[in-house]
Amino acid sequence: MARIECPKCKHVIDTPGIVTVCPECGADLRGVMDEMAHRRERLRDVGRDDSVTTHEFIVRTKDLHKIYIMGEVEVPALRGVEINIRRGEYLSIMGPSGSGKSTLFNMVGGLDKPTKGTCFIEEVDMAQLDAFELAWLRCRKIGYIFQTFNLIPVMTALENVTLPMIFAGMSSDEMMDRGAMLLDLVGLGDRLHHKPYELSGGQQQRVAVARALANNPAIILADEPTGNLDLQTGKEIIDLLKELNEQSGVTVISATHDLKMIDVSDRIVHIRDGQIERVEKRADLDLDIGTLGSGAKPELGE
Amino acid sequence: MIKSELAKKLYSHEAHFGEVQRQITLSWGQAARISYRNVTMRLGRAMITGAGVVLGIAFLCSVWTAKVAQEGLERYEAQSARAITGDDAALAPGAEDVETERKARAARQAWLVVMSLLVSAVGITNSMLMSVTERFREIGTMKCLGALDEFIVRLFLIESAVLGIMGSLVGALLGSGIMLLVYVGKERGVAAMMDWGQMFSYILIAMGIGTILSLLAAVPPSFRAARLPPAAALSTEV
Repeated sequence: MARIECPKCKHVIDTPGIVTVCPECGADLRGVMDEMAHRRERLRDVGRDDSVTTHEFIVRTKDLHKIYIMGEVEVPALRGVEINIRRGEYLSIMGPSGSGKSTLFNMVGGLDKPTKGTCFIEEVDMAQLDAFELAWLRCRKIGYIFQTFNLIPVMTALENVTLPMIFAGMSSDEMMDRGAMLLDLVGLGDRLHHKPYELSGGQQQRVAVARALANNPAIILADEPTGNLDLQTGKEIIDLLKELNEQSGVTVISATHDLKMIDVSDRIVHIRDGQIERVEKRADLDLDIGTLGSGAKPELGE
Repeated sequence: MIKSELAKKLYSHEAHFGEVQRQITLSWGQAARISYRNVTMRLGRAMITGAGVVLGIAFLCSVWTAKVAQEGLERYEAQSARAITGDDAALAPGAEDVETERKARAARQAWLVVMSLLVSAVGITNSMLMSVTERFREIGTMKCLGALDEFIVRLFLIESAVLGIMGSLVGALLGSGIMLLVYVGKERGVAAMMDWGQMFSYILIAMGIGTILSLLAAVPPSFRAARLPPAAALSTEV
């Protein structure tokens, strides 16, 4: 697959079409980009096939700030978050409510814009994407799972799962096959035509997991996926996510304050007052059982 | 539950993906299906939204029907008078009074038409605004799944067009029907003397007005909803 080289500083950019200026020297790349008629095809392939990409980090944030304006008061939700997330990693973002973890989730998922700083997905600066590219990214690259499930209430389980495939332009027959396959995968093969209100909370969240997988995302973003579920059902959803992560290599990023998540996470990022307090590695925990929370050193920005 | 060949299964459509155009799409056909779903599944809610249209258009149609029927009634009475006296001049003495009264009535009718249009506009705008606002979360979800802003607008436009057409049809039948019953019940002969062609065109005009009003009313809230960042739409509590 072709890459482009910055005409000025020879810096190689792996994902042309999204960055319009060279990240090294700031030179305009649009001329080079126009030659690449298949720019979106390229973006799709990145992240799925490791022979194509060399990025170690699938998500990278740099000095991320977000300030909400409530009336006349400025409320800082994120204050300079730097985080590098590896491809195929299972990462949990933990912190008390109001700590900024949902805000971070929104920034990483392209659901909101940071006040300051940048967020890269596949080394692509999200701030540089236009509305179409952003929608494309949400449709194909990222699967979202929410605390409140957020299924479309008037649609059946199958229709909910196939909705992202409609946007992706898949043909009707293939959509139905794949939707049924995904629902079967999450254990709802016999509930295809049930409406969300006919399903239990755990089942609804399974539909949401299947929907998140609709277009083979590289990243699954889960915002408190177990927050509205009881212990057992929550555990099942966590196990499901972990299995997906291990077997399909999809990167799972989950904002949570569910301690059950610790067992399956490769790394746990603790957030407090909009800043990273510390990062724990699974390996550290395994080696050093009992020192949870005190043994790990902060590793800001890796 | 997940088999070990998960990855294989998940990516078996990879070849297919390669052929698909790199686009984000929502065809009008698919949009119509989703909108239809929305209307039929939330029939109760849709009917409340539609009621705004129905009432406004029923009011408008009843005013217009009354006008046409009144003219028919006058013609009928004139004919009856002629039949009794056998004299065309029977009406002549009161001709001037009739003329001034007609003018006053025309002014009153114009006022009623304007009022009923205002009633429809306010009612329709309000119900459309509500039905969009209460679905902010759904709009946010759709945007997370890759919907472009225009998809959201498209869905709401189709929905409001359907509600507008159905609502104005029901409203027109209701308004005209009741007014006709009143007039024909009072004097059976009116039906024969009425200008049905004119009444039909009034009904069509009223339906057009109802549809256009509900489309116009749906555009601003759906544009506003579509342009919200997904995070804001998702966190809206209604």
